[in-house]
Amino acid sequence: MKNLRALLSLLVVLVIAIPASAGELSVGMITDVGGVNDQSFNQSAWEGLQRAEKELGVKVSYIESRQDADYGPNLETMLDAGTDLIWGIGFKMADAALEAANNNPDQKYAVIDFAWDDTPKNLIGVVFKAEEASFLVGYIAAKMTTTGKVGFIGGMSFPVIWGFEYGFRAGVLYGNKDVEILSQYAESFTDAAKGKSIANSMYQQGADIVFHAAGGVGDGLIEAAKEQGKWAIGVDRDQNYLAPDNVLTSAMKRVDNAMFNISKELTEGVWKGGQTVSYGLAEGGVDIAPTSSMHVPADLLTEVEAVKARIISGEIVVPYSKETFAEFEAK
Amino acid sequence: MSSEKRSAFTSSPLFRTLFSVFTGLLVGAIVLLASGYSPAKAYQVIFDGIFSKPSYVSYTIIYATPLIMTGLSVAFAFKTGLFNIGAEGQFIMGALGAALAGAFISLPPVIHALVAAATGIALAAAWGGLAGYLKARFGVNEVIATIMLNWTALYLNNYIVTLPGIKRPAATATAFILDTARIEFLPLWKASEAGKLWRAGHPVWNDILRTPFNAGILAALLLAFVCWWLLNRTTLGYELRAVGHNSDCAEHVGIDVKSRMIYSMAIAGGLAGAAGALHVLGWTRQAAELAAMEGLGFDGIAVALIGNASPVGCVPAGLLFGALKYGGSKLQFALRAPIEVVNIVIGSIVFFVAMPALTRIVSRWARRTARGGGPHAG
Repeated sequence: MKNLRALLSLLVVLVIAIPASAGELSVGMITDVGGVNDQSFNQSAWEGLQRAEKELGVKVSYIESRQDADYGPNLETMLDAGTDLIWGIGFKMADAALEAANNNPDQKYAVIDFAWDDTPKNLIGVVFKAEEASFLVGYIAAKMTTTGKVGFIGGMSFPVIWGFEYGFRAGVLYGNKDVEILSQYAESFTDAAKGKSIANSMYQQGADIVFHAAGGVGDGLIEAAKEQGKWAIGVDRDQNYLAPDNVLTSAMKRVDNAMFNISKELTEGVWKGGQTVSYGLAEGGVDIAPTSSMHVPADLLTEVEAVKARIISGEIVVPYSKETFAEFEAK
Repeated sequence: MSSEKRSAFTSSPLFRTLFSVFTGLLVGAIVLLASGYSPAKAYQVIFDGIFSKPSYVSYTIIYATPLIMTGLSVAFAFKTGLFNIGAEGQFIMGALGAALAGAFISLPPVIHALVAAATGIALAAAWGGLAGYLKARFGVNEVIATIMLNWTALYLNNYIVTLPGIKRPAATATAFILDTARIEFLPLWKASEAGKLWRAGHPVWNDILRTPFNAGILAALLLAFVCWWLLNRTTLGYELRAVGHNSDCAEHVGIDVKSRMIYSMAIAGGLAGAAGALHVLGWTRQAAELAAMEGLGFDGIAVALIGNASPVGCVPAGLLFGALKYGGSKLQFALRAPIEVVNIVIGSIVFFVAMPALTRIVSRWARRTARGGGPHAG
């Protein structure tokens, strides 16, 4: 039934594909409370739009939200400005965007990191299989730890971040089942000082590689790694530039690619409204950072490529939650 | 106080405030010029962003509503000689209480909204009263206590919001409050077919109804009046102000200073709690897990300062601040100016508006806090 509906909506999309408009296309995005310079997915999203501006000539803009309540008014500000496609960055925007999409059926919306069961025709949900990239960095961490202990710092505890945690756990387990994993949530996406203190305590407990999925909190982790001469693993973007000698690799979530691709499709007159678009390793939506070759030995990287191929082929099914991880562990 | 023998107008608080707003806009203009943006265009954007559509005016009022009440909270404490930095935490407690009572109790409409608001207010009043008790009983400075309680409130909120059964699936917030607890005007009707039909024929109303326009502003106005009445027309208010002016003197004439401190902080807490509660009931419909403080309580300090720490003054001050916040958010979009520039512009306006009142109030507060500073005529 669900497949039938997906097929039908695909047909509808193909039939009502919007002819490319002669005028300049405008695409805007609303950040969540992290802001546009969060060194993380909001920033990555904006980079995607800036690339679209440069390469496709679309008009781009953004508004930063300072509190959750700002999402609704910010969406309306963009609507009033006549923006063709409005992006909500982050699952926190999901409710506000869905409401806006229902109230304004002629306006196109898209949201990063959220999937609805029943998506209106003028809305796209974009999700990333972040667990797949996390699996790869977990694999690298398991192979490279010398202390037999690695760490994970999460921002806040909710499904998107669980994907990172359990993907990482599974990757570590897959690489070396004797490696111990320390895990802690910072209850924040902005508090770098807290990230630093959690990282310091993990390093003190003997971990030598710590991965984070915590936005700005991760800045503190990378600082701690630099000071203590340990490894950090970045997230969302290639974070190696923050500490070239201490960021081992990064689990990249190519929000920029998704933003760019969907904007590009729109300039070509294609609109996949009413469905969820999923970006994984296979689609180039997630990956490890290109700078990994700086610190990760070449033969390990070859192994990682092999693991990647096994994930893409479906041989390895990467877990994304506590339950799926339990299944993975049982195998 | 011979310096007050100047022309009545130039020394009036109104003139001072208008002058400060003007200076703030001027400094903001210089900042904009220095960073390469046209001040004229920027102020045009803010002005249009506030007044050019009915929905914008409505949003301005919605943004101002909690600010008026957190402003009242700070102003009320000021009037009684206390510095309430804790409006932020009290706001959080008010929002949390209202969200829980709104989502998990079933009651008829109106009554449910009142009960939910009262729950939030009571929780926040206890939160503020705790700081008052610590000061009265152990001499803990209320500034320190309320700052600590802000963080306690933040993390308590995050703990409770994410408990299983309270958290809404696929969100980092509580379950939505029930429709019976909402104080938004006609939320169901305006989304219904009949409502949409009516709205299609009434463009102005349609535009206003696009926004979550709610009864919160009426409550804010009512509370401003109640604060004024309480402080100026009741024995309790007289005693509170007496403690504020000179606590030694108040004690000598037989006022129980300690209990009055607790009352004052509890009332201030309740006011900030009302801001949080009505924010939830009228607009957000949930208490969210907070990655950082939202700042509506801290903004209340600025509102109280702009409003010259008077309950009635908090109303225009809150509206001004809400307008700057809402209109300012469009500046970033229209000019593609970084939010930092926008914040500097808004900050300098607030700075100059708040400055004279701040120096006056802080020096008065410092004099009062320093024990043994002889009685002042006021």
